Amino acid sequence: MRFRWALAVLAKAIIEAVAAVVALVCLALVFCLGMVFLFPPMVRTVRRLTGWTRRLARVHAGMEIATPYLPEPPPPVQLADGWYRSSRTLYRTPRIPAWNDRWKWMIGDPATWRDLLWLVWDPFVTVVLAPALLVAPRIGLRAYAYWCRLLLAPTAAMRLAGQVDHLHRVRSLAMDTQAAEMRRIERDLHDGTQARLVALGMTLGAVEELVDRNPEAAKALLAKARDTSSDTLTELRRLVRGIHPPILAERGLGDAVRALAMDSPLKVDVEVELPQRPQAPVEAAVYFAVSELLANAARHGNAEHVGIDISHNEDDLRVTVVDDGVGGADPSRGSGLVGIERRLSAFDGVLAVSSPPGGPTTATMSVPTVLSGPWPWAKLPKMPRWKLAVVIVAWTTAWLPMFPQGIVPGIMKIFGNEDKVWFLALHLPEPWQWPTIIAMTVLGTGLYTLGFALPAAYSETSRSSC
Amino acid sequence: MLNRVLIAEDLYLLRDGLVHLLQAHGFNVVGAVETGPELLKALVELRPDVSVVDVRLPPTFTDEGLQAALAARAKVPGLPILVLSQHVEQLYARELLADGSGAIGYLLKDRVFNADQFVDAVRRVAGGGTAMDPEVIAKLLASNARHEPVAGLTPREREVLEVMAEGRSNAAIAQRLFLSESAVAKHTASIFAKLDLAQSDDDNRRVLAVLAYLNSR
Repeated sequence: MRFRWALAVLAKAIIEAVAAVVALVCLALVFCLGMVFLFPPMVRTVRRLTGWTRRLARVHAGMEIATPYLPEPPPPVQLADGWYRSSRTLYRTPRIPAWNDRWKWMIGDPATWRDLLWLVWDPFVTVVLAPALLVAPRIGLRAYAYWCRLLLAPTAAMRLAGQVDHLHRVRSLAMDTQAAEMRRIERDLHDGTQARLVALGMTLGAVEELVDRNPEAAKALLAKARDTSSDTLTELRRLVRGIHPPILAERGLGDAVRALAMDSPLKVDVEVELPQRPQAPVEAAVYFAVSELLANAARHGNAEHVGIDISHNEDDLRVTVVDDGVGGADPSRGSGLVGIERRLSAFDGVLAVSSPPGGPTTATMSVPTVLSGPWPWAKLPKMPRWKLAVVIVAWTTAWLPMFPQGIVPGIMKIFGNEDKVWFLALHLPEPWQWPTIIAMTVLGTGLYTLGFALPAAYSETSRSSC
Repeated sequence: MLNRVLIAEDLYLLRDGLVHLLQAHGFNVVGAVETGPELLKALVELRPDVSVVDVRLPPTFTDEGLQAALAARAKVPGLPILVLSQHVEQLYARELLADGSGAIGYLLKDRVFNADQFVDAVRRVAGGGTAMDPEVIAKLLASNARHEPVAGLTPREREVLEVMAEGRSNAAIAQRLFLSESAVAKHTASIFAKLDLAQSDDDNRRVLAVLAYLNSR
């Protein structure tokens, strides 16, 4: 089987050789004769080739090569007067602005040029690897995948740019969600609690008026005031539950979800397997997500039985909610599911919903690296002062015995140079010279070793300070 | 007279209020503690006739009070404890009821506003009975509402069940629902038959059976 794919790589090399020649001709036509319309189809063809190669590397050599391309530009937006704008020119149709955007997107992407470089070299590399591909296809494919990764994988800079982009988007989403929450809390406090407290104050004022003249009426009003205070408490309790459920703070995610399950009118089975509590914000996000899913199952899904499974694999917190309802839940339509996605995205978490018509509905949430284990170096003790001093002394002095008093005079002695300059060893009587040189070199090596080895056992903070 | 009472509450105003309230109603306050570890020590050493315990206590402000109550009842089975909380959870009610020995209460803090009812609940717990917050009962019944055989109860029977589950005697149920005691007795017999539970004259056994039934769902 592998052998067949090794042959496929060789066949691909022939196609690539042709493609490379065509691409170079195209480039020449584009940049020398201005036939710019040739550029996008050429880039698309090359990208298709690299796409095949990435898939081949993934499936048959087990090497994941990520796609490095910048995201495609959005379609041009029609202005209020019906025209389309591309830099300083207005167009009647979106075709030319779209083409301009695409041109800029392709030509400005460093991955386009790395792809071309790869295309030109790949046939040669394949020829070099041909014996390995034919004799040991496994090793050959692996080596070929390594070569491809060199040029086809995103560089550190591209990856960083992608990450910055992602973080930017997630941050604004998180800010929006938080602002909406704050508005909701403000509204609840303003319309509910505050209004009730005002009413309470007014009732008490009336009691003050009445207490001497009509004690009976005052008593009745006091009873009313007590009811109002009790209602206010009930409302505050509901509000607190919406902000951060007390049981979540008291017991953690597992018991909080169990409590949710008990309060649900559905039959809910909960399985929890967590070695430690996730960070509080993650707990809250997951809790509200489960709460929303349970409510959905009861409201829209017509479900009777729900299974909730909370577990962790490696560093991911994984929550699965399965119900036996009618299905047909669509994340793009249900605003509740969108809300869950937003909440989770702040922690790089994802929600996957499978809900075929007729059920069952399975929602899986996964939030990465949330189990708040201490960083490995956080457990290390801080370095004591005196050791820090030793390290500093070692680093500042090690060069002296190592180079000018050890290695350099050694080399000069080997080559018979008689200049003594300030090399201590060369001023000594002959039988002492070599032992001194060796001792100096050993001393220098020892000091460098000390400088490296001492801080290794201590925590990062003190290490960076030295 | 069962009147030696211990209070565990971290808010000074509420603790002081509880001490005065219970003293005014003839209780002898043998201790008022603030933290979970103090509470556990006092519960086991003093063995009060009844304790009024807040769920959330220092040092971690999670559920120290509840944990101390459970630990003390594990050491001294049937030690009467009334747990107070700002919010009620079925989960906590289930944990408190799990040992099935009665003499347990679980109320919202708001219930302290109504002094007579609150003192009545304290007395009930001291006497080995139960005092469950109506909100807990409502939640228990709501989450069972769709399931047989709770769904098969008549509205009147559900009302009786709700009050009974709070820990009330037949006489108290009759008074609350404006029924005759014999009517209540008829309803309870019907409820027990529908839920397939053993009939019992003992108020406390009866309540525990109902709660155990609801909790087992």
